[in-house]
Amino acid sequence: MSAETHNPVDAADAADGGVTPFGPDNPAPFIEPPRARTKRTPRATRTNFEMYGWLFMRLSGIVLVVLVLGHLLIQLVLDGGVSKIGFAFVAGRWANPFWQLWDLAMLWLAMLHGANGLRTVINDYAERDVTRTWLKWLLYAATVFTVLLGTLVIFTFDPNIQ
Amino acid sequence: MPAGTLYRGREGMWSWVAHRVTGVLIFFFLFVHVLDTALVRVSPQDYDKVVATYKNPVVNLMEYGLVAAILFHALNGLRVIAVDFWSKGPKYQRQMLWSVVGIWVVLMAGAFYPVLQHSLHDLFGS
Ligand code: HEM
Ligand code: HEM
Repeated sequence: MSAETHNPVDAADAADGGVTPFGPDNPAPFIEPPRARTKRTPRATRTNFEMYGWLFMRLSGIVLVVLVLGHLLIQLVLDGGVSKIGFAFVAGRWANPFWQLWDLAMLWLAMLHGANGLRTVINDYAERDVTRTWLKWLLYAATVFTVLLGTLVIFTFDPNIQ
Repeated sequence: MPAGTLYRGREGMWSWVAHRVTGVLIFFFLFVHVLDTALVRVSPQDYDKVVATYKNPVVNLMEYGLVAAILFHALNGLRVIAVDFWSKGPKYQRQMLWSVVGIWVVLMAGAFYPVLQHSLHDLFGS
């Protein structure tokens, strides 16, 4: 054993033995807790965005159970299943504002719920910063495009297009 | 494989994996679905032509798969909500998972004929 070997007992002795420079007359410098707000912290460093996202996933999920399962029942089960679907069928459904509103709510809630879910998935797996940033912008672009297109289609639907 | 995937959870991990996979799958379907529905703004013929693919027996089977994915995601989603908001949720999370699986099996069995009937008739006569 060389003399340089660090001996923890020595350090402990030093702490107890009054060799430390700090004491009631010479207090140690105050260190800010790492997350404390100080005068120099910018005002809006953190928001509750993730909490609202978490809450939105649950609230939209509950509503989507009714909207999506109802939609599937109408489209795939009742009245001949998929075989009845065609332009005339859609015209009949969108003649009724109730179903227009239903589809609109389903479009917005499912797209935002799915996009927020996919954002989580991208954050989990895309480890490189560039990849993650690009994937998320691609996701946001696709989401905005799809929501706007779907909304436009519901409101501008024309049963006499030809 | 990312480093450090030694974690091997139990049912709870697999239900999380299945929830994630079904969620992503439904999202991609919805994206395509809004595009195909938008064809009603192009012409009735184009819309009917594309919707005809939905009536093909192979695609019909995929619709049954979509129903399977949505039913699982919906039921398990309600379980996740119960675990988060119901005071006894975490205690009963396993029992709730097996209830989800049980209800899913029953609903899938019940949906088999209604969803696939037109393909069954096309393939085997009525
Ligand atoms: C294979 C199963 C499905 C079939 C056959 C089907 C069929 C249809 C049809 C015929 C329409 C036209 C409007 C109407 O009749 O209400 C429509 C619209 C719509 N469906 Fe579905 N659907 C299916 C699954 C789904 C699922 C799983 C979702 C949600 C996750 C969904 C979301 C929507 C939305 C948001 C619209 C409105 C589209 C728009 O705004 O242009 N559909 N669907
Ligand atoms: C049918 C009713 C639905 C319910 C009850 C539901 C419920 C939920 C809940 C509670 C979560 C959060 C899970 C967590 O934080 O661990 C979630 C995540 C997710 N949902 Fe849904 N959801 C539904 C429909 C949908 C639809 C229609 C889509 C696709 C458009 C979708 C896509 C997703 C995705 C991608 C995630 C993220 C998964 C993850 O982070 O692992 N969900 N869902």
